[in-house]
Amino acid sequence: MTHLDTELQYLKKDIMELWKITQSQLERGKKALINFDRDLARQIIATEKRVNAYELKIDRDCENIFALFNPVAIDLRFVLAVLKINSNLERIGDIAEGVARFVVDVDKQFSAELLEKTHVIQMFDLSIDILSDTAVAFEKEDTQLARTIFMKDEKLDEINSTASYKIADYIKAHPDQLRESLHVLSMIRKLERVGDQSKNIAEEIIFYLEAKVLKHLSAKQKQE
Amino acid sequence: MYKIRTTDVNVFYGDNHVIKNVSMEVMPNTVTALIGPSGCGKSTFLRLLNRMNDYIDGFSMTGNIFVDNNEIYSRKTVVEELRKKVGMVFQKPNPFPKSIYENVVYGLRIQGIKNKALLDETVERCLVQAALWNEVKDDLKKSALALSGGQQQRLCIARTLAVEPTVILMDEPASALDPISTSKIEELIYELKNKYTIIIVTHNMQQAGRVSDRTAFFYMGDLVEYDETKKIFTNPKLERTQNYITGRFG
Repeated sequence: MTHLDTELQYLKKDIMELWKITQSQLERGKKALINFDRDLARQIIATEKRVNAYELKIDRDCENIFALFNPVAIDLRFVLAVLKINSNLERIGDIAEGVARFVVDVDKQFSAELLEKTHVIQMFDLSIDILSDTAVAFEKEDTQLARTIFMKDEKLDEINSTASYKIADYIKAHPDQLRESLHVLSMIRKLERVGDQSKNIAEEIIFYLEAKVLKHLSAKQKQE
Repeated sequence: MYKIRTTDVNVFYGDNHVIKNVSMEVMPNTVTALIGPSGCGKSTFLRLLNRMNDYIDGFSMTGNIFVDNNEIYSRKTVVEELRKKVGMVFQKPNPFPKSIYENVVYGLRIQGIKNKALLDETVERCLVQAALWNEVKDDLKKSALALSGGQQQRLCIARTLAVEPTVILMDEPASALDPISTSKIEELIYELKNKYTIIIVTHNMQQAGRVSDRTAFFYMGDLVEYDETKKIFTNPKLERTQNYITGRFG
């Protein structure tokens, strides 16, 4: 194994670790919401600092690899992809933190009916699932799996597009839960962004492994 | 504890002041790259470390150079002993017109060592360390001159390792080699630092980046900047260093 290979392996290990933390942030966010566990929500907010520290470390490591090893071909694409995936994962970390702040902000539990009618828990499950797929696709270098992410994201978009009507109806029926309802709407908006970030990540995985640029293509074209 | 330490070293060739007040420290088991334009003094500085400049006409120096805390320019220093401890690999591979085996054991033979088992063991150990064993193990009696340039250079490294140095000086060891051989030498340098302290002069900035832990930038005899290679190649302190490593120099 060459010196560069060793450095690339360290980089892969670090980005996989960041993936694990951000996924766990989302999972804990879901738990905090369902159980109205404000302590857990505070832990998520605190862990965000760790996510940021990882992002900075990976940025610095990529910079060093560019400067010291001048990677080319698949090595170059790998480092470029990691650099971008890193910033996508950090944003997902921000999203998890944002969701946690909504949980901390209210003083009574979100009603089960609100969570069910708005499909916010389903949004959580889908976004965690999509993010997990990106991690597996990257680790196992599986571009087929990466391509499935573009379709999965559409489900998130679907829930998101009907969310405001559902929330409006819910508020009409439960005006006393105005604040909680608006928070849930904001959570849905944020979780929809996890899908977008995951799509970006999938594009980077395909760029790294197949040298194909999928940006600005339709979901159908991306799957071909 | 520093492996090598120089304090206020000045070198003159006649009236020509070629190294100016250079003080630097080198930690053990690291690779230090010396970079700078031609004539900046980096090779002269490298050769100071095993007293290779001593016989150059008009050479004189001031200051101190310590290897393992021993002043190598003191009268007590036995130069032959110093060169056993501080080995050197040159720009062009320079194997002797002898077999591969005899090239590796050359240093031991002139020390009077005749023990065949010890010589055999040394040949294998050094060729393994120099990443050449697998390519030549069945042909040790073959002339070293029949090897490719890259193999010859690795053989020269094996020959240097045979006398068990603790410091290896390399003066552009890959500049006469093709990219594959260069990459083998670079990987070898990376491996060897686990056991040795290596100082390498290179004109190839990317090579300095790939192989070294610290980099020293020389210019007109001055040590302009000496820092971690990562720092030098991502955010050097001085504009002069930046201009050199980005190719805007001059």
